Amino acid sequence: MELLANLSLGFQTAVSPENLLYCLLGALIGTLIGVLPGIGPVQTIAILMPTTFALPPVSALIMLAGIYYGAQYGGSTTSILVNVPGEASSVITCLDGHQMARQGKAGVALSVAALSSFVAGSFATVVLAVLAVPLSEFAFKFGPEEYFSLMVFGLIGSVVLASGSMIKAVGMIVLGLLLGMVGTDITSGAHRFVFGIPELADGIGFVSLAMGLFGICDIITSLEKKEKRDILKSKLTGFWLSKKDLKTAAPAVIRGTLCGSLLGILPGGGAILSSFTAYMLEKKSSREPESFGKGNLRGVAAPESANNAAAQTSFVPLLTLGIPPNVVLAMMAGAMMIHGIQPGPRVITNNPALFWGVIVSMWVGNVILVLLNLPLVGIWVRLLSIPYRLLYPAILLFCCIGLYSVNNNTFDIHLTALCGLLGYIFSKLECEPAPLILGFILGPMMEENLRRALLLSRGDPSVFFTRPLSLAFLLMAAAMLVVVALPSIRRKREDAFKEA
Amino acid sequence: MRITDPKDAYAGLLFVLFGAAAMIFSIKYTIGTAAKMGPGYFPFVLGAVLCAIGSVVGLKSLFRSKEAEKGPSLDWKPVALVLSSVVLFGLFLRPLGLLVSTILMIVVASAASHEFRLKEALVNAGALAFIVLMIFVYFLDFQVPVWPSFLLTRA
Repeated sequence: MELLANLSLGFQTAVSPENLLYCLLGALIGTLIGVLPGIGPVQTIAILMPTTFALPPVSALIMLAGIYYGAQYGGSTTSILVNVPGEASSVITCLDGHQMARQGKAGVALSVAALSSFVAGSFATVVLAVLAVPLSEFAFKFGPEEYFSLMVFGLIGSVVLASGSMIKAVGMIVLGLLLGMVGTDITSGAHRFVFGIPELADGIGFVSLAMGLFGICDIITSLEKKEKRDILKSKLTGFWLSKKDLKTAAPAVIRGTLCGSLLGILPGGGAILSSFTAYMLEKKSSREPESFGKGNLRGVAAPESANNAAAQTSFVPLLTLGIPPNVVLAMMAGAMMIHGIQPGPRVITNNPALFWGVIVSMWVGNVILVLLNLPLVGIWVRLLSIPYRLLYPAILLFCCIGLYSVNNNTFDIHLTALCGLLGYIFSKLECEPAPLILGFILGPMMEENLRRALLLSRGDPSVFFTRPLSLAFLLMAAAMLVVVALPSIRRKREDAFKEA
Repeated sequence: MRITDPKDAYAGLLFVLFGAAAMIFSIKYTIGTAAKMGPGYFPFVLGAVLCAIGSVVGLKSLFRSKEAEKGPSLDWKPVALVLSSVVLFGLFLRPLGLLVSTILMIVVASAASHEFRLKEALVNAGALAFIVLMIFVYFLDFQVPVWPSFLLTRA
């Protein structure tokens, strides 16, 4: 019954006219930007983050969450209509979704994607609400040793489940941790890596780093490709699903939702892995696996429900333990910190209205998206026909104005350009920026917990191995590394990401 | 011995450089002991780890039997123009105001595309300058100089 009381508190917060407006606004702008090809949730959040800074924390987080799943919806729309996934988690939707669009069933594909996302999102919101209280109570028992080991586990997990070279990804984490050190040391007050630049005393701005590495860098790399996009010109009709469609899709939605909810909680899991796993599961368990990739309805329903469920449940580790399980959530963590809220178990007790308000607003946002997106799909499609050469300068401009508005100075603009250059170099060297952002967010927390743990043990590092829970986290991290390094599994992992 | 994967070799080098720089600067801050860490302790350890990882990444690229891969292909135009449009906007926003810097930025940024047409870019710049003026200055009441400062001082 406590759950119901909490949820009703959340409802009061989420459906206040003001917050409802921000939720709607976030969902709409998120979709708008997310629809643009090549711009997924991470880029969208990076670009739009400054717009939320003037709002009170609850409204800002509600709007950011809205931007997040709005962008995800937008991403699947482009996957289906243009075969250009907004981001990795909707890559898999392209396979069957775009085939359906080619067969003239774009409307059905879009409806199934929207409805399965909605069902999955609603279920995952309940999962989040149920798990939040016990998990955060559990987290209160953690000492600094457990926290440190948990962060090691989280960081390693995010690497193992990502694509690309693992050792480079670990290097990017360490580099991110180092970048997180820039600024004033909390304990001693000493300036580190500031080089006499007063603007750096507060550390590298998260918005600059994120916008440079994702927003600006992605614009540069897509300009290099010099490609022309082919846009589906066929008319969009037939959004209504037949009974048969519903019957076909339903079991896939249920399987996808369960799969996504589970994988979303794991570090590094999130939307990408879960949509891929759900698709594979669906294909393997199907009586006619050869129909996948040729416009099978279940090939849209399963990954779309899985990625939305995972997107929602990946808030669990962030809001209860303070550990962002993937980049998007690292962005959310960065935004929370800018608003002066330290993500972690304390949020739920110190700030229950914010916590439950955000959770309920996710569900409200999903309702808004289903109601609005299908009617508005025509506008989104028209947006796609704006040539990229007119679009990207506008995106850059809005980025710059947003950056200036954060602190009313131009330093952040130049820092972003520098981060963009760094991001470009990384992309050329095939080093993924996502682990760097995770490291950047966790760096100061990791240092603080390491310091406290070793202070208590008088410099004896064995505490990390003698406290059972801490040992368990470290063992799990080691096990993940070993398992992925095994040749047979490594090959499978590479195949898996290639197929995706 | 030859470099079979230039991307890994450069990535390794980059890691080692960052790691070494972190270590060198950390020594200047107090390092302290494990029980009583100074501000230099954690960055120093991280720098050392990054150096180690960088060396492994770099060395692996030297001793690999697979066929040599091509190095990263570079196209200077998009990077240089996009980044300089951002920097120009930052440099000119205060002295020349929002309108001039917007137009300058859009034109420079547009030139990065292989489909660049000056006339179109100018029209786009004018339209965006108008939109920005409407949204940010009149609607959101955004505190930013709009006109060049030399015009204002004369008047």
